[in-house]
Amino acid sequence: MQDEPTPIELTKAVADFLRNDITPLISGHQAFKLRVAVNILDLVTRQLTQEEGSDAAEAERLRALLGMDGSVTELNRALAERIAKGEIDLATPGFAEHLWATTMDKLAVDQPNYASYKREQGRNS
Amino acid sequence: MIEAELSRSVARWCSGASGVTGAAKLSGGASQETWRFDIVHPDGPIGAILRRSPKGYGAAPTRAAGLAAEAQLMQLAYEAGVPSPRVMHVLVPEDDLGTGFIMQRVEGETIARKILRDDEYATARPRLARQIGDILAALHRLPQDRLPELRSRGATQEIAEFERDYRSLNWPKPVFELALRWLRDHDPGPAAETTLVHGDFRNGNLIIGADGVRAVLDWELAHLGDPMEDLGWVCVNSWRFGEIDKPVGGFGTREELFAGYEAAGRKVDPARVKFWEVMGTLRWGIMCGGMMQRFREGPDHSMERAMIGRRASETEIDLLRLLVPRGS
Repeated sequence: MQDEPTPIELTKAVADFLRNDITPLISGHQAFKLRVAVNILDLVTRQLTQEEGSDAAEAERLRALLGMDGSVTELNRALAERIAKGEIDLATPGFAEHLWATTMDKLAVDQPNYASYKREQGRNS
Repeated sequence: MIEAELSRSVARWCSGASGVTGAAKLSGGASQETWRFDIVHPDGPIGAILRRSPKGYGAAPTRAAGLAAEAQLMQLAYEAGVPSPRVMHVLVPEDDLGTGFIMQRVEGETIARKILRDDEYATARPRLARQIGDILAALHRLPQDRLPELRSRGATQEIAEFERDYRSLNWPKPVFELALRWLRDHDPGPAAETTLVHGDFRNGNLIIGADGVRAVLDWELAHLGDPMEDLGWVCVNSWRFGEIDKPVGGFGTREELFAGYEAAGRKVDPARVKFWEVMGTLRWGIMCGGMMQRFREGPDHSMERAMIGRRASETEIDLLRLLVPRGS
């Protein structure tokens, strides 16, 4: 077991330093690049926070949908193949719900401010 | 310094020109650059833009029409009254500037978010969807016997091409698989009429002023195909920049777009437009994957390129909203 602080805490500390202390000192193209860098660190923090839970839920849905076991990567590959072959389609129970749940979990990490995501999130609550 | 070559060039074809000033690179990848500069002229400075492939970068990517074709298309569009910069000069070897062309600079804004938010464009915005319909109708009517040689692409070929691009990424995405299935099941086949298709007509590739669209840019993906492709692409959610209830570039409704197109005497096929919107959404998603791959394997190890890979999920949610809408 590794020591603490956790990767989440460390990444967040760097992001906060860049955002609060360095951003005011930089302008022009470098400021744009710095914003991208901060966005990356924020994304990494969100992923580190959420990935374990969302991957576990995704794998559980995939096991039920496919009737097989494997890593979340293997299960996704299997699902992709079955869709391509036409063995799974929108008539398959649980398939549409699975795609929605998985995609919402991705957006929560990748682009939580994306307008389509915010709209769909409103539907959940 | 590029100003020396440009000065020698303009002296040859622009009567009265005595040189150039203020050359600045606006954008540039490895193979294609855009520069702005002013031609010094007794009647006052003439704003100009250079689009070129520097020396040693002759070959265009496979999907691109090439700069010579682009110049020809912009000139044709200009003559037909499609908002377009006037092409002033097509580069020749004596220019020593590579291949490409020089065009008149059109003042205005191309940054989509500014066009959608700034007060300066507030009166133009509600008119843009209809105006875009009118412009696309004119563009699709450009005389085919005067077009440069262009690749020809129909729906069936495009599905196959995107499927190949997607599979080559080795990036299994159930939502993309679903979209590919949907596209194959809804392939409308050859268009009733094949026309010039701009190929990248969207918010971000238009110069817009307070008076509306001033120029259509970026003709490099022009080809022959289904005119409805342009109507679908301009509606892809990625080009609405947050204004998701205004499908046409974040400006307005499909109905306004279609009305502008039909008022100009051309017919809309809404089912085909929807097909191309789905195709376009997938196309941008696969392009995001391509950028990720170039980030991993290529020389461009930039953060921006890496982050574009993480934008593929935006197209996944948009594909689901198109193909599996919830609450319906």
